[in-house]
Amino acid sequence: MSNEEDGAVPLLAARDLVKAHGRNEALRGATVELRPGEILAVTGASGSGKSTLLHCLAGIVRPDSGAVTYGGERLDRLPERRLSELRRTEFGVVFQFGQLIPELTALDNVALPLLLGGARRQEAQASAGEWLERFGVRGQEELRPGEMSGGQAQRVALARALVTGPKVVFADEPTGALDSLASEQVMSALTHTARESGTAVLLITHDAQVAAYADREVRLADGAVLPLEVGV
Amino acid sequence: MIAMSTRHILLGLLATGPSHGYDLKRRHDERFPRARPLAYGQVYTTLQRLVRDGLAEVDGTDSDGGPERTMYRATDDGARELAQWACEIAPPAPFVTNEIFAKVVVSILSGGDPDAYLLAQRAAHMTRMRELTALKTTPGADLASVLSADYALNHLDADLRWMTTTAARLTTLTAEVDPA
Repeated sequence: MSNEEDGAVPLLAARDLVKAHGRNEALRGATVELRPGEILAVTGASGSGKSTLLHCLAGIVRPDSGAVTYGGERLDRLPERRLSELRRTEFGVVFQFGQLIPELTALDNVALPLLLGGARRQEAQASAGEWLERFGVRGQEELRPGEMSGGQAQRVALARALVTGPKVVFADEPTGALDSLASEQVMSALTHTARESGTAVLLITHDAQVAAYADREVRLADGAVLPLEVGV
Repeated sequence: MIAMSTRHILLGLLATGPSHGYDLKRRHDERFPRARPLAYGQVYTTLQRLVRDGLAEVDGTDSDGGPERTMYRATDDGARELAQWACEIAPPAPFVTNEIFAKVVVSILSGGDPDAYLLAQRAAHMTRMRELTALKTTPGADLASVLSADYALNHLDADLRWMTTTAARLTTLTAEVDPA
């Protein structure tokens, strides 16, 4: 369903994105919209351009052509400093694995974005503790990433992505390294918390059971969105 | 090979102790929330057959303030048959007669658009999977509902994976099905 049809103003939109990595054209005219508070699954085979699309939408890479709009602003034209600020304050990012800092405890990992934003240590840790509780990992505050299970580490990573109260969370295969039960716990926690806080989620996954937690699915093939948008 | 049947499910419910038809029906529908509810007639007919075959027997009556009800309990033979059935492997379906597969082939034969069909079918599958996911993640959902939703989700997911692979192989399939 297009923006014109349902009247909702997208929070984040990509129009006709083209992006090549060397000779390989990862995106060939991809157009996607994310509405405020929406959980959108982007699915597709390996190499269909899912991750490149996420990187363009999150302002991590700039497209070769096309436009990325965030809250009416051309994200792809913003200076690097403003992009960094947006990524710190309004975007949260979760990847498949490896994003937690191994030397820090769960609590300090979650508190880190707040500390980088200038919060006091005590406040940052109190807030981090609350978010760990919301993700069901209370009691693991002092564990370091190497001492946690994959599912626990992902829930800590989610708490860290949401601790600053972002408007959008980008999740790239957040359950890719987990078994089905741990995956279920991570997805339940993510979607429940996002819906409660009105956070929009762009969820990249190749797993239909994970995509089923989203409100809507767009499917990529060969760097473009397939004509049929499915879901609400 | 002992076939899957209502009789084994009723024997299973009787394994926890004597019970009457009404209670068995209620417990069946509670345990298998996504299954088709049992009809009372089916419960009573099955109980009578279990008695005829020596797998269950009448265990007096119970009125409990209401109408008098015949109580049934499993016999030792019934318990043995149940144990045998419960560990007997179900045959992995060897011949898949699947409507989706049939439609893809027919679509190729009749010059249709199997790609568009598969994408639309995916949309319908995803809608159903979202409903089932919402059902199993509802706060306070009982385990029986979660497990039956999981069962359905895994089967729909298997369909989807097959559809994805098929969509990727349509060119080859078209050449095989319709060489002209």
